[in-house]
Amino acid sequence: MTTTDHPAVEKLRTGISSLDIIAKGGLPKNRTTLISGTAGSGKTVFAVQFLAAGIANGEPGVFVTFEEAAADIRANMRSFGWDLAQWEEEGKLAFVDASPDPHIETFEAGAFDLGALLARVENAVKKVKATRVSVDSLGAVFSQFSDQAMVRGELFRIATALKAMGVTAVLTAERTEDHGPVARFGVEEFIADNVMILRNLLEDETRRRTIEILKFRGCDHQKGEFPFTIVPKGGVIVIPLSAMQLSMRSSNIRISSGNKDLDEMCGGGFFRDSVTLVSGATGTGKTLTVTQFLQGGAANGEKCLLLAFEESRDQLVRNATGWGFDFEKMERDGMLRVVCDYPDLSGLEDWLVTIQQIITEFKPRRVALDSLSALENVGTLKAFREFVIGLTSFIKHQEITGMFTSTTGSLMGGDSITESNISTLTDSIVLLRYVEMFGEMKRGLTVLKMRGSAHDKAIREFTIGKGGMQMGRPFRNVTGIIGGAPMHVNPGDVERVWTQYDKAIDRRRPESISGT
Amino acid sequence: MEGLLSKYLLTLYVTGNSPRTKVAIDNLNRICSQELEGRYELEIIDVLENPQRAEDERILATPTLIKQLPPPLRRVIGDLSDKEKVLLGLEVRPAPNASAQTRPEAK
Repeated sequence: MTTTDHPAVEKLRTGISSLDIIAKGGLPKNRTTLISGTAGSGKTVFAVQFLAAGIANGEPGVFVTFEEAAADIRANMRSFGWDLAQWEEEGKLAFVDASPDPHIETFEAGAFDLGALLARVENAVKKVKATRVSVDSLGAVFSQFSDQAMVRGELFRIATALKAMGVTAVLTAERTEDHGPVARFGVEEFIADNVMILRNLLEDETRRRTIEILKFRGCDHQKGEFPFTIVPKGGVIVIPLSAMQLSMRSSNIRISSGNKDLDEMCGGGFFRDSVTLVSGATGTGKTLTVTQFLQGGAANGEKCLLLAFEESRDQLVRNATGWGFDFEKMERDGMLRVVCDYPDLSGLEDWLVTIQQIITEFKPRRVALDSLSALENVGTLKAFREFVIGLTSFIKHQEITGMFTSTTGSLMGGDSITESNISTLTDSIVLLRYVEMFGEMKRGLTVLKMRGSAHDKAIREFTIGKGGMQMGRPFRNVTGIIGGAPMHVNPGDVERVWTQYDKAIDRRRPESISGT
Repeated sequence: MEGLLSKYLLTLYVTGNSPRTKVAIDNLNRICSQELEGRYELEIIDVLENPQRAEDERILATPTLIKQLPPPLRRVIGDLSDKEKVLLGLEVRPAPNASAQTRPEAK
């Protein structure tokens, strides 16, 4: 074991989206990294993408395939936008096709080694002047030969030779389960310098992909599992949760919520890079709050994005019109983009990537998502949390003001999974509640939390009409609204409580402390 | 049925001048002279000198013996020290006028 104070291992920027962030700069240069994963975990895509990203950066590559035939890989990778055949023609990529040929029967008669394979790899590296090599996958070599010890020894020889050639290599290996030995056949032993694990877990009937850097010998990396997704025309996209959180800034600039009264309750409006959660039962006015928020942005010359997972475009436009807001005009003016979709269309990781792409392209200053609860059941609770963390940090990082809505299950009071899981991630929480008073349903609004600012603590009544939300008086003589069991209290009682409270304070102040 | 079709076209891929290369060539020469005398052609290719040939034929292991003719195409990998397996792999049939001693005794 050697210990160095200053790790001298250079990193190679892979160019794979966000992988370089969790790998803190990239893969260790001139070394081999084992990518281990179960069937369908994305090893081959990763291996090809490692080369594709290199080629895009002017670094030629060699792909050694033991499993799929080169022709199959060329065909399969076209959907990611990688034209391997063209790169081969341009001399940027070379294949070493070592996949088994089912048409040729092979007999073993005596001792042998994989000298020809090594010669072919060296030849290909020399031919295209490769700096990157992908080998996919090691386990498949073992199934081609009966002498496992020989194969292990030969693979070690090849891994050593790759280092000597000065290339950075990615070697994939399969494992039988997502949590267990690093790889079958003990292949990790000879390239155990760097190990990365791809997982494809089935949790609550949904698939969740994660990537983990198990170790990088001699250099630093981020620890733990990070979700990733595989998208057409992009390949592997890692979602680096912690990296985004670290770079978050905080702004003191206030912006309007689109409603003067709400601004006042918030102590002058939302903060520029804050995320507000609007929580309430169905019909309490969440979509209205969102609509006002977007209107306020557009009126201020800020581009707005609405991600609607609950209502159709037509419904949203109609509702807005009913309140006196013209969504269609805002869209025509280029101030608003409405994205409506069914939440179940793709996994949460894919949604995050899609939303990030839309934001990057449209560059809005405000983003509203209505509602988070609709996405709750798309994935596991963990995936949901990661989605919210990912989205929150992404939009904050871009100094975008966010507003998410969350639907509570019960009409009166109560909370939701969304709320209990993400309330700590948001800066402000606005609660919308039904208040039953004398056989009538009234609506109440309170600013529960406003990070970094004073705010109105009262629960105010509001009505919905033309022009949106009209704030009224606080519910001074009702208790238990938030708990879901509003109780009307005699105004005299309220007065008495307050008087006693004031008296108690008064009594503490002077020198005399009265006993009970 | 015999004639041209029974001509054995063999290619042996080896890695440099290693001891294993020497063993394989010796073994192959011995087997050929015993079993295929006068009806084979042999080409030896060093993959270090000619890696592209190995690439084209998709050779992984050395030594690898390929029998192009007569069909079917067959590969035998190893230093060919196991004569019986080599003959099995190549599907060597006795020469038309060969003497009885074609089936070697089991080891």
